Amino acid sequence: MNILEVKNLNVSFYGEKIIDNLSFNLRNKENLVILGPNGAGKTVLLKCLLGVIPFEGEVRWIKDVKIGYVPQKFFPEKNTPLSVEEFFKFKKVSKKQIIEALQSVGIDNMSILDYTIGIISSGQLQRILIAWALIDNPKILLFDEPTAGIDIEGEKTIHNLLSRIEKEHDLTIIFITHDLSVVYKFADSVLCLNKKIVCYGSPQEALSTENIKQLYGEEVKFYKHAH
Amino acid sequence: MHTNLYSLITVIFVGGVAGYLGSLMITKKMALVGDALGHVALPGMGLALLWGFNVSLGAFVFLFFGVVSIWYLQTKTQLSTETLVGIIFVLSLAIGFLIIPKPELLHALIGNINQVSFWDFIISVILSISVFYIIRKIYSDMILSSMSEDLAIANKINIKKQNFIYLLTIALIVALGVKVVGSLLMGALVIIPAATSRNVSRNMRQYIFISILFGSLSGALGFLAFKITNLPVGPLVILVSVSMFIISLLFKNVKFLSKCHA
Repeated sequence: MNILEVKNLNVSFYGEKIIDNLSFNLRNKENLVILGPNGAGKTVLLKCLLGVIPFEGEVRWIKDVKIGYVPQKFFPEKNTPLSVEEFFKFKKVSKKQIIEALQSVGIDNMSILDYTIGIISSGQLQRILIAWALIDNPKILLFDEPTAGIDIEGEKTIHNLLSRIEKEHDLTIIFITHDLSVVYKFADSVLCLNKKIVCYGSPQEALSTENIKQLYGEEVKFYKHAH
Repeated sequence: MHTNLYSLITVIFVGGVAGYLGSLMITKKMALVGDALGHVALPGMGLALLWGFNVSLGAFVFLFFGVVSIWYLQTKTQLSTETLVGIIFVLSLAIGFLIIPKPELLHALIGNINQVSFWDFIISVILSISVFYIIRKIYSDMILSSMSEDLAIANKINIKKQNFIYLLTIALIVALGVKVVGSLLMGALVIIPAATSRNVSRNMRQYIFISILFGSLSGALGFLAFKITNLPVGPLVILVSVSMFIISLLFKNVKFLSKCHA
């Protein structure tokens, strides 16, 4: 059963094409990694899936789907007067639910609930955002990986944490990254994006040396050019 | 004596809700909006003074059109709210100066507490309480969308609608406030208590409570100072609230120290 169908998706900003005629499907419980260099349109694609920005074409989710979303960028100001507990309460959940959600992402020290959100380390904040996305039991998790690597202490990487959560929560995950190694860790299928589809399929099929070169080649050229 | 009591209660209510609205305004980085909207009220106040109807009503009519234009342009253009407010604001100022007769101009700019009648008082209290409850409903959604619009939209929050409601409530409170503290100073009554609160609060509950408290206190103490000195009430209210702000700066350092130990 397809949980998501994307057909002939096109996005342009000020006449410049960001996503060019993209089509793919996602089955229930299938983990999809969307891979591509910076500026390939990955985050834009995610925003189309969420309905945050306008697009041409079709994005069709299964009926009444519940989506959890972890954005790439989320930097509350240092002096934002908002505690972690209040941040969770935006979702009208009980304290018990908050504690469970935090525990499921590996946070056991509940004194964090009283901390101001702006002073939390980026690793802890990443965990909190995942807990926040999962707290009302979505079927899908859209995870847009931060560009800079984040050290999340305890669990080796954010990828390990997510693959554990995926098993526990029975989730379908769409994971956006520029990091090739993520694919081998937990992708059922991979979509390589550089404005249009460069490759799509199971990791074994899709990630030929040639495809990878095509995907990242432009970026390499760009760096050479800049120096 | 009654007039005094009406005026005092009016500034307490309007000041408190202005502080509440201000706490959102600072979070949304719209600090100049409140300031500018005070001036948008000017032509309406001018016409009211010329033709002898209620100053707040005249102010609200202009504020309403100002706010609707800002909101409309905001959704139709890529310009920031602050830019759009800037344009509407100077336009209003220009019209205001052209139509308000000189002696009334000063009243419009710095307010006149003696104008508060029984009905002004009743309406101010009712509207302040209504605005409080309306904003309470959308407050946390608005904080969330100020932190991340994407997260807010993904959570099915209608940002445009909430912004519109928010601007409308500002128009209402500014219209009530300009009568007392004047169009020049109303913005300060919205911004300063919230800025003070931000210096000393660590979570949203404290932030809201202290914003409202300091808004009301500024109004009340400013009014008492007016009774003692007989100087214009608007500037006194603002002096009180700025004093609180300066004192709060001392506590700001304490807050950060205690955070480091946490």
